[in-house]
Amino acid sequence: MQIYADNAATTKMSEAAIEAMNDCMRNWWGNPSSLYTIGQKAKEKLEEAREEIAAIINASPREIIFTSGGSESDNQALLTAAAKGNRSGKKHIISSAFEHHAILHTLNKLKKNGFEVTLLPVHENGVIRLDELEAAIREDTCLVTIMTANNEIGTIQPIAEIGELCRRRGVIFHTDAVQAVGHLPIDVKAQNIDMLSASAHKFHGPKGVGFLYARKGIILQNLIEGGAQERGKRAGTENLPGITAMAAALKEAAANMERDNAHKTEIRDYLIKGLSEIHHSALNGDAKQRLAGNVNFSFEGIEGESILILLDQMGISASSGSACTSGALDPSHVLLAIGRIHDVAHGSLRLTIGEDITREQADYMIDSVKKVVAHLRSFSPVWRDLTEGKKEFILK
Amino acid sequence: MALYSEKVMEHFLQPRNVGVIENADGVGEVGNAKCGDIMKMYLKIDDGIITDVKFETFGCASAIASSSMATELIKGQRVEDAMKLTNQAVAEALDGLPAYKMHCSVLAEEAIRSALEDYQSKNPNG
Ligand SMILES: Cc1ncc(COP(=O)(O)O)c(C=O)c1O
Ligand code: FES
Repeated sequence: MQIYADNAATTKMSEAAIEAMNDCMRNWWGNPSSLYTIGQKAKEKLEEAREEIAAIINASPREIIFTSGGSESDNQALLTAAAKGNRSGKKHIISSAFEHHAILHTLNKLKKNGFEVTLLPVHENGVIRLDELEAAIREDTCLVTIMTANNEIGTIQPIAEIGELCRRRGVIFHTDAVQAVGHLPIDVKAQNIDMLSASAHKFHGPKGVGFLYARKGIILQNLIEGGAQERGKRAGTENLPGITAMAAALKEAAANMERDNAHKTEIRDYLIKGLSEIHHSALNGDAKQRLAGNVNFSFEGIEGESILILLDQMGISASSGSACTSGALDPSHVLLAIGRIHDVAHGSLRLTIGEDITREQADYMIDSVKKVVAHLRSFSPVWRDLTEGKKEFILK
Repeated sequence: MALYSEKVMEHFLQPRNVGVIENADGVGEVGNAKCGDIMKMYLKIDDGIITDVKFETFGCASAIASSSMATELIKGQRVEDAMKLTNQAVAEALDGLPAYKMHCSVLAEEAIRSALEDYQSKNPNG
């Protein structure tokens, strides 16, 4: 059995997206900036995609600019808010401890430029607390950036409440919604979101394309200088095949969202129940306030890379927050942020299921994980120490 | 999977000499401070010759394959010769390891050395 259970890393392109991309490459290959008909046809396609995407998140088309993906959108959003803050002497930014590196590394860069950064704790359940956010906001806070849903443990933040609070306190609110767009309903107006990052390859669109929503009135800071594309805010001839495919993928994801989420939630909870039968294991992140497709477990006494390679042999593609899977040999900052110690982060496994997941596949995954965990524990010196009482179990 | 050589995969999927030796003549346990992995070696030694060796490892595929290969390399060797085992020899026998996984083979070298030293400290006259 072959099961792709790493949809948080990337998704397979949908047929609709592939169709749209092919159609664009065959028929709408002109440069949208050219004034003759072939160019203007391409321009029409571009604006059509912008309108479709804007409508799905309740933005207006002028508030959407196309980028190369989530990382670029995150960088541009942060640098924009920082530049605005800098102009008015506001150099304090609030974020959370478990953001994606596209956010955290950009914040580190800003710190070197004199910005002060407060990272809110995300607690054991992987959710920030509004009272802590409120207390952290200062006179000189220029930006709050909190991800909509976490990429490793899938926990969902109270975005509308954060938006409301930031609006009330007059602070720009950006959210990295890369894991959420196409998976959760988003309404930038109702949720008071000022800026939002998205990436097509997380919702069955192509890689290397995404968008940044910036509320009317926020003047974006360029990362890429050059031509006047994207109203002068992002130079470079538009990736039209990617953009039209992204719009097609998002339209489909939005149309099926309710049905898909109901199905994924059912299988997710079934997986969580099945994997909980493994002794000395624990679910990472809140059991309910999480993406419908995300299951993340830690198993005590074993290491994650070994789990992944054994699962791969059984046809299952998954991921782990183990130090041994990162080139830098650091355990996942997300698991550390929810208070997992290194040993427990070590034995972590993330399964992110897709819409086409079946009950049979879930059974096969549970069975395979149980076998793999038992096998690796059978010759783990740490497991021996734990079972012989020389070391105390951390997970019940 | 192109991440590892076929040899690494073979030793990871079917590790040799897995387990424990009761009343072993030498036991060594080492850990990697960086990624946090742990390796334990058990030796049976008769007349200065390693007649049996078993290991337990908590770590990545490369660490498990390195342990397995290291036990194969020293089985039947004299203690003095086994003392000379290097992590490069382990990695070479595995047809190479990715650069950032070389430290896993160091763990194997250290675990064996530590077990041999344990044996020598209990048998000061060889
Ligand atoms: C939460 C989050 N933010 C940002 C990114 C970066 O997106 P991209 O790969 O499109 O640059 C990802 C995906 O890797 C992500 O999961
Ligand atoms: S033992 Fe951790 S990377 Fe190999």
